[in-house]
Amino acid sequence: MEDNNRQSPIFMIRGFWWKFLSGLLLLYAIIAGFIIEVPDTMIQETIRNLFYHVGMWFGMFTMLITGFVFSLLYLRNFDEQKDLVAVEAVNVGLVFGLLGIFTGMIWANFTWGAPWVNDPKLDGAAVGLFIYLAYMILRGSISDVYKRAKVSAVYNIFAFVLWIVFVLIIPRLAGESIHPGKDAAPVLPMHLAPSMRIIFYPAMIGWVLLGFWILEIRVRIRRIKWTIDD
Amino acid sequence: MRLSKEIQALVGKEIRLELKQKYVINGILLYLVATIFVTYLAFESVITPETWNSLFWIILLFIAVNSISKSFIQENPARHIYYYTITSPQAVALSKIIYNLFLMAILSVLSFVFFVFLMGNQVVNIPLFLLALILGSLGLSSVLTMVAAIASRASYNFSLMAILSFPIVLPLLGALMTISRTALSGPDWSGMGVFIAILLIINLVVIILAYVLFPYLWKD
Repeated sequence: MEDNNRQSPIFMIRGFWWKFLSGLLLLYAIIAGFIIEVPDTMIQETIRNLFYHVGMWFGMFTMLITGFVFSLLYLRNFDEQKDLVAVEAVNVGLVFGLLGIFTGMIWANFTWGAPWVNDPKLDGAAVGLFIYLAYMILRGSISDVYKRAKVSAVYNIFAFVLWIVFVLIIPRLAGESIHPGKDAAPVLPMHLAPSMRIIFYPAMIGWVLLGFWILEIRVRIRRIKWTIDD
Repeated sequence: MRLSKEIQALVGKEIRLELKQKYVINGILLYLVATIFVTYLAFESVITPETWNSLFWIILLFIAVNSISKSFIQENPARHIYYYTITSPQAVALSKIIYNLFLMAILSVLSFVFFVFLMGNQVVNIPLFLLALILGSLGLSSVLTMVAAIASRASYNFSLMAILSFPIVLPLLGALMTISRTALSGPDWSGMGVFIAILLIINLVVIILAYVLFPYLWKD
């Protein structure tokens, strides 16, 4: 049991149930998301993208927070396993981020008439991508394993905090954003129609769990490689 | 207080070092003059307040990256070990930030003067613009000092400094450009409080982060 605890779960979640739950929720979100009646608003049927595009944002955000937390944990006792989780969390977060931008572009093309518009929210997403791609390049340019872990953990913490300032504070204080989600909490549209809410919330949980699932697999692959290299 | 004494001594050391190796500061000054002159030749005929503003801050960003990137590679690594034995890492970080703040304040005022000399003055509200310059110097020096410390630990190159710093400098630059756009358009101060607050928050966050994180970069 002790050994199993060290080997597989990254987080406090034990067992497989949450992976099945993730699959079920996402299946539900994809099937029901396309067949339910949606309210006839200005953006019409494209509102269904809410279940997928916002899910990418949720997934990215939880992954980047995970990376941030594990970088902090790494600096506490310099355990390489923590660094490994941090880098993989950022990797998964980057994939979610790219997919989020991609789904957002499809949506924007329909609703705003162009795949990319100059907007504080979109800038925040792009800056996030630049920061984490730079993080990967920083890691690549340091060959010593311990130094790499330490320096990149410092950059991750530093950049994440500044990115949060950029994404969460500045559009609220300064910019006039055409991207929704300004008045309510950043990602919880309280004014959502009840018929959509019963898909939206399960879908978000599903995406977040999927992120952790991918993260767990990636970390295990890394650990196996690590052991083989040793 | 011990920390402030150490910082004083280290800032003094930085200044003496800079005066001793004059070619570094002369190089930065020449970079400043040459960049602005090239910009003048390229943009002379199309200059509007909007382009004036954008060009000025982009040039200042490049000057800042160029002059601060040397912070941790100018001296022999062995000497860093010596500093490590006699001072606290926080003192080193804060002294570098303070020194770079002085440097950036001087460089930004010089760039402003030279820019106005060549491109003509577009600034209406000079006090507001100078405030933006001071807050900008503080923000750029603290963010870039921290990034220079990170980049100096990697196999160092200039592009690494740029790719690490540009995305995280953006919020700062955005707020600065908004303030200075207002300073260019009229004597009005209204609505500026928010942006000044944003800049102060960013500066505070960066300095706290530098204080907390620098010891990890310092030790091998």
